[in-house]
Amino acid sequence: MSGFDELGLRNRRAIPWASVPVESLSSFRASVVGAVRAGWRVVAFFGLPEQAGASRLLAILAQDERGELGATSTVVEESYPSLSPDCPEVHYFEREIAEQCAIKPLGHPDLKPVRRHPPDHAARSRSAVLDREAYPFSRLESDEVHEVAVGPVHAGIIEPGHFRFQAHGEEILRLEIMLGYQHRGVERLLERVDAGRAVLIAESIAGDSVIGHGGAHCSAIEALSRAHKTPRAQAIRGIALELERLANHIGDLGAIAGDIAYQPAAAYFGRMRGECLNLLMSLSGNRYGRGLVRPGGTLFDLPPELATEMSERLIRLREELEPVAALMLDNASVQARLEGVGVLSRQHCAALGVVGPAARACEVPRDVRHDHPYGLFRFAHIPVATAWAGDALARSLVRWLEIQRSIDFVIEQIGALPRGPIRVESGGLHPSELVVAMVEGWRGEITHAVLTNDAGGIRRYKVVDPSFHNWSALEVALPGNQISDFPLCNKSFNLSYAGHDL
Amino acid sequence: MLKFIRTRLQQGTRTADFPGGKPAFPERFRGRPVFDPSRCADCGQCHAAMPSGLLQIDPDGRTGLDVGGSLFSPEEATACPQGAIQFTADHVMASRSRAGLRTESGEIELAGALDQRMRRLFGRSLRLRSVAAGSCNGCEAELVALGNVVFDMARFGIQFVASPRHADGLVITGAVSTNMRDALYTTYEATPEPKLVIAVGACAISGGPFRGSVEVSDGVPSDIPVDLWVPGCPPHPLTMLDGLLRLLGRMPRPPQRRQPHRPAS
Repeated sequence: MSGFDELGLRNRRAIPWASVPVESLSSFRASVVGAVRAGWRVVAFFGLPEQAGASRLLAILAQDERGELGATSTVVEESYPSLSPDCPEVHYFEREIAEQCAIKPLGHPDLKPVRRHPPDHAARSRSAVLDREAYPFSRLESDEVHEVAVGPVHAGIIEPGHFRFQAHGEEILRLEIMLGYQHRGVERLLERVDAGRAVLIAESIAGDSVIGHGGAHCSAIEALSRAHKTPRAQAIRGIALELERLANHIGDLGAIAGDIAYQPAAAYFGRMRGECLNLLMSLSGNRYGRGLVRPGGTLFDLPPELATEMSERLIRLREELEPVAALMLDNASVQARLEGVGVLSRQHCAALGVVGPAARACEVPRDVRHDHPYGLFRFAHIPVATAWAGDALARSLVRWLEIQRSIDFVIEQIGALPRGPIRVESGGLHPSELVVAMVEGWRGEITHAVLTNDAGGIRRYKVVDPSFHNWSALEVALPGNQISDFPLCNKSFNLSYAGHDL
Repeated sequence: MLKFIRTRLQQGTRTADFPGGKPAFPERFRGRPVFDPSRCADCGQCHAAMPSGLLQIDPDGRTGLDVGGSLFSPEEATACPQGAIQFTADHVMASRSRAGLRTESGEIELAGALDQRMRRLFGRSLRLRSVAAGSCNGCEAELVALGNVVFDMARFGIQFVASPRHADGLVITGAVSTNMRDALYTTYEATPEPKLVIAVGACAISGGPFRGSVEVSDGVPSDIPVDLWVPGCPPHPLTMLDGLLRLLGRMPRPPQRRQPHRPAS
């Protein structure tokens, strides 16, 4: 493994860019494929321009059991032999590289656009690698197969995306998802704007993961500027992250109940989701926690009166949640409706590098808070919640387990806040360094990989939302299900369009 | 059955006292920003420190606010070392015109009601279609919240529907990405006349945090006429509800008697 695992790279620990190995193409390929076979996982794989028309491809891998990260790189020009046939986990990253850097992975099994935009890290005229306009949908040819196209404008209040089903009667034979409608050019902006604007953009990558993405951004900046935030700031950020998880998981259970027309739970969970948002508003002034997390710590403190008030509201919420969860999840007709729907197999989960509750519902105990602990989670542990069936019921159960554990955790942490200031100064960024900041957002692993240039500016800003890993999982989980169950399956994964489309 | 009844009793009735009571916002809530020209020292520091499009300079060189460009972030207030910019606890800020959000001091030209014909058509029954076009899903999350038991928009006869063909108007969110432009125009054209357009959130109004990106058009294109602009990042559900009821001429005037209120969820 030619030493890429000996860099000392860890979650939020910056290393000199010069220490990242530059391997020949064949040795790079052997490193990545070999590492994945040996139990490593691809966290990010992306390109950045080098001198003279060449590009550097950088792979970041994680060894979850040991909490280690590794990085290795190679230099390519216009094309290279695709790694996907030997390592399916990178298939989507290679499509993204083709689109962002206009580099073609030769022999890629399914080379198509990811977001449909001109390249950001190559001449914008080189977009000929992938055609923005013509998306080559795969089709099944048969007299008995029909095609159903849905989106980008959906029936509910949902983000835009296009779903193409090949169906036999009601049964889905194949689903293909075309995304990119929410593409706002986030990475490009983050590489160009000043620090004050950057954090506001990071908070807007996915509007339901403000603390998650905002926290990953700030942690990357803190690592690059050697700003050591205080235990109190870490605690407040950890509490806010769990409040965000509570709001979204509770909302998801309500939405799943709504999709199977189980109205009482939909109404009660919907209201209690709002209660979590209101707790975030008491803390930060905004229902989604905007304005709280900043490089160096937080902008708002959690004084004793507010801590007491929040604890009381959370204890009341916990008492109200339990009967509603029982009403829903103990109900035989609810269980029957969710069981066996949208099953993600363990093999697919492993091969695609799925993250978050979707992976934990396949009994894959993957959780950044546990595997690559940071901030508050180095001192206080939350048990990893898993289920085994990989279906909509398992994904609901994982959410309910996580709700229970997070609410206990937040109540405990609010009562044990360390003393001290909430923010330290964060100065300039160290030049020519690489940092990987990972956060376990409520959807799963959020990764911000930042590389500085020799003047301490940002050379490359890579964001990987958990949805980027997981949309492929939805495609493989759907065949065999009924088209009418698609909304339910989709909701049980609840992936972000904006986070994927950036 | 007993379990249902017990849970129902425990949950109680949670609908917000709106538009009657005064909404209870926490102390840190950031509502409509205001600008106090008497505290402005003309030092120009706010221009360098302002992370959003909140500031605007009129042709005479005077500083003012464009609430449609605000991201309601704490730094927009601290950008002025003299404290001339502040966030109030006022959630009421929807306007009928883009210019109505541009102000010297922060006083917004609040939305007035539609004309009589439109009010007769839509006043008691308004069907809306949501189009997200280059958003972060924050505004959409608040649009969904309008349907929960707390805000319960349906009690005013306002609903979201599944198709533009069934709709009286569009709610547009997002900075309008290049990839959504065609779909936005198609949806607009598919909505039968007469129709309303409501731009919700900083992105739809001014591009929000994404303004200037090559992949967005900094909000709703000028050839789509907008009837209601609702600032916020994202706007609080009560800001949206207030704007909608003003548009329909259904905000009680003068304010109803103050009643004891529950906090809004």
